[in-house]
Amino acid sequence: MRIALFADIHANQQAFAACLAQARELGAARYVLLGDYVGYGADPEWTVTTVMDLVDKGAMAVRGNHDNALGAPNETLNLEAKVVIEWTRNELGPAERQFLTALPLTLSEDDRLYVHSDASKPSRWRYVTSPDDAAQSLFATTARITFCGHVHRPQLYTVGPGGSVTAFTPMTGSPIPLLPGRRWLAVLGAVGQPRDGIPSASYAVLDTARRELIYCRAPYDVEEAAARIRKKGLPGSLADRLALGK
Amino acid sequence: MTMAKPLLEVGATIDGFRIEQCVHQGGMATLWRVSRPDTTIPMLMKAPKVAEGGDPAAIVGFEMEQMILPRLGGVHVPKIIAVGDFALQPYIVMEALPGKSLYRRLSDLPLPYAEVAAIGVKIAAALDDLHRQHVIHLDIKPSNVMFRPTGEAVLVDYGLSHHEQLPDLMKEEFRLPFGTAPYMSPEQLLGVRNDRRSDLFALGVLLYFFSTRVRPFGESERMAGMRRRLWRDPVPPRQLRPDYPPWLQEIVLRCLEVEPAWRYPTAAQLAFDLSHPDQVKLTKRSERQQRDPLTVALRRRFNKEIKLSIIAPGQATQISSAPIVAVAVDLAEGSLPLNDALRTAAARILATLPSARLACVNVLKLGRVTLDYSLDEQGRSKQIDRLVALRHWAEPLKLEQQRLTVHVLEAVDPANAILEFVGANRIDHILLGARQDSLLRNLLGSVSAKVAAEAPCTVTVVRPARLGDNGHAPSPAEAGPAGPAGPH
Repeated sequence: MRIALFADIHANQQAFAACLAQARELGAARYVLLGDYVGYGADPEWTVTTVMDLVDKGAMAVRGNHDNALGAPNETLNLEAKVVIEWTRNELGPAERQFLTALPLTLSEDDRLYVHSDASKPSRWRYVTSPDDAAQSLFATTARITFCGHVHRPQLYTVGPGGSVTAFTPMTGSPIPLLPGRRWLAVLGAVGQPRDGIPSASYAVLDTARRELIYCRAPYDVEEAAARIRKKGLPGSLADRLALGK
Repeated sequence: MTMAKPLLEVGATIDGFRIEQCVHQGGMATLWRVSRPDTTIPMLMKAPKVAEGGDPAAIVGFEMEQMILPRLGGVHVPKIIAVGDFALQPYIVMEALPGKSLYRRLSDLPLPYAEVAAIGVKIAAALDDLHRQHVIHLDIKPSNVMFRPTGEAVLVDYGLSHHEQLPDLMKEEFRLPFGTAPYMSPEQLLGVRNDRRSDLFALGVLLYFFSTRVRPFGESERMAGMRRRLWRDPVPPRQLRPDYPPWLQEIVLRCLEVEPAWRYPTAAQLAFDLSHPDQVKLTKRSERQQRDPLTVALRRRFNKEIKLSIIAPGQATQISSAPIVAVAVDLAEGSLPLNDALRTAAARILATLPSARLACVNVLKLGRVTLDYSLDEQGRSKQIDRLVALRHWAEPLKLEQQRLTVHVLEAVDPANAILEFVGANRIDHILLGARQDSLLRNLLGSVSAKVAAEAPCTVTVVRPARLGDNGHAPSPAEAGPAGPAGPH
């Protein structure tokens, strides 16, 4: 079976729609959503109702720090993110807000763990940006594969019998065999606000039969997404950075 | 019933494979001959040594093979039949290649120069194929080179290899460089695992060894001994064998350059030189009779700059930036405008790719009825005339000598001759002109159309600029108004 995994959609309708369409073409039969559905982008309502619909049909979804901030005004966010979350709160109905803030921090399925930030302290929203960060997460769980987002840059970590952690920057579209003899931490890139210098939307597809992970990119209408951010009166820098992928 | 761990021993059956015989017990892995009722080709099962307290490199090396081998294809790699589950019993079943590895030839060394070059061409061709599949072997040595009955080299053992699109488990797991001491490149000793030219260094060691019976950097496995190759140049082969051909010394010493940038940029370019000894551009390397004086070597040893420049990251784009470009030049009368256009097109490509090389090709057509193949006096001078004419054609390009070769092919069918040349020399891109004379084209068939249809590489068909007065160019009236096309 092929599972499509999405992280950090951040209310970017154009990006998320492009990813969903491409994933369907790749034969994805199941969806996993790794949090941060809102914040930064101009279309929180469309995004959250789409996610709710997917969850209704069996998708798995966990909560991200931006989603959490809707219900926890003390959540530490940068200034721009705070501005957008205040705006988002009014864009969403009570049902949508309730849906997001009630999502679990982690979910497990077979030998896999889904979490927004990392497995060691999901509610602390730690960033995994180095092999040492990855080691903390890898040693905090018995799951063979952990999927997370939060960093907005795709990266893959693995720990083998020797105990040292290898970091790898994946190539788009090149399947990576997740060898069963070792454990893996897959940090997904962002759907809605990539920060690895490539503007196209980032997500991943796991082929459970072949035990292969494919990091994917979906090109989308960046200008439209940026124009909508400006039109809604959100900070212009959030629109500008989409075209730069950072 | 409990799931017992399957035993690897003669007579046992694992996933349908019956273990027939142990054929090799190495430090890292064991090889068994296996059979399966539905399969007739001979097969080998490779299993890592995973015993308690065993070498962890054995496991990681095996994991790398499990990742890399199923992704490879082609004649230069053993065909994979099955990969076993690591959790139960890790193994790889692959085709068993007939014959023995190149290791068996060690007692025959030194080999004749032509044979060394022929072996070198085959290994370089295999490396080129491997590199194009994003794999750097990093353990090229005689025991890892086999041959198919059809002659192609097959490279085995990918336990130390690096795949440019997969995580490198070896790099992080082990701080010490892994490889085979006599063949390891200087950059490998420094921990660099992503430079394709490391394989060319190892092949250079093999060529040196096979042509002189001496290993250029000895056999020391101690770090200090291995590191000598960073600053101490090898004894020039000509000092060991006075009749050593300068072209071969040029090639071998270029492979053994400490700086990867001074070696061949690609395995294809190395194969090209090995298959065209008469076209190898000889430099000071080919003349060397002695090593550098010790004072010079010692200065190198303590020169930090050299050590640093080696560590500069290897380029994954080496092949695409160092292609072999061929151009088919028709020297018949009346081809001048076309040949100018060909030169312009070649110049544009070469200008952007400083490591690209150009092979100029002309076909000397043999009549179908001419069975006399031997070059008579007249034929030989015709050959030389054409070689001179090709050099003359290329002269305005002002290429350095080592970037230019000229070739006259003799053939009944020019298109086939060009296609053969393209295939045998791993040409990346061929330029050729479209014959303008429609009568000739009807009589002879279009060479460019056939090459464009059948060549395994990029083909550019060049036409001379339209002159506007030969009836081909549309007149202004026919062409319609200038400007952007409207929505008609």
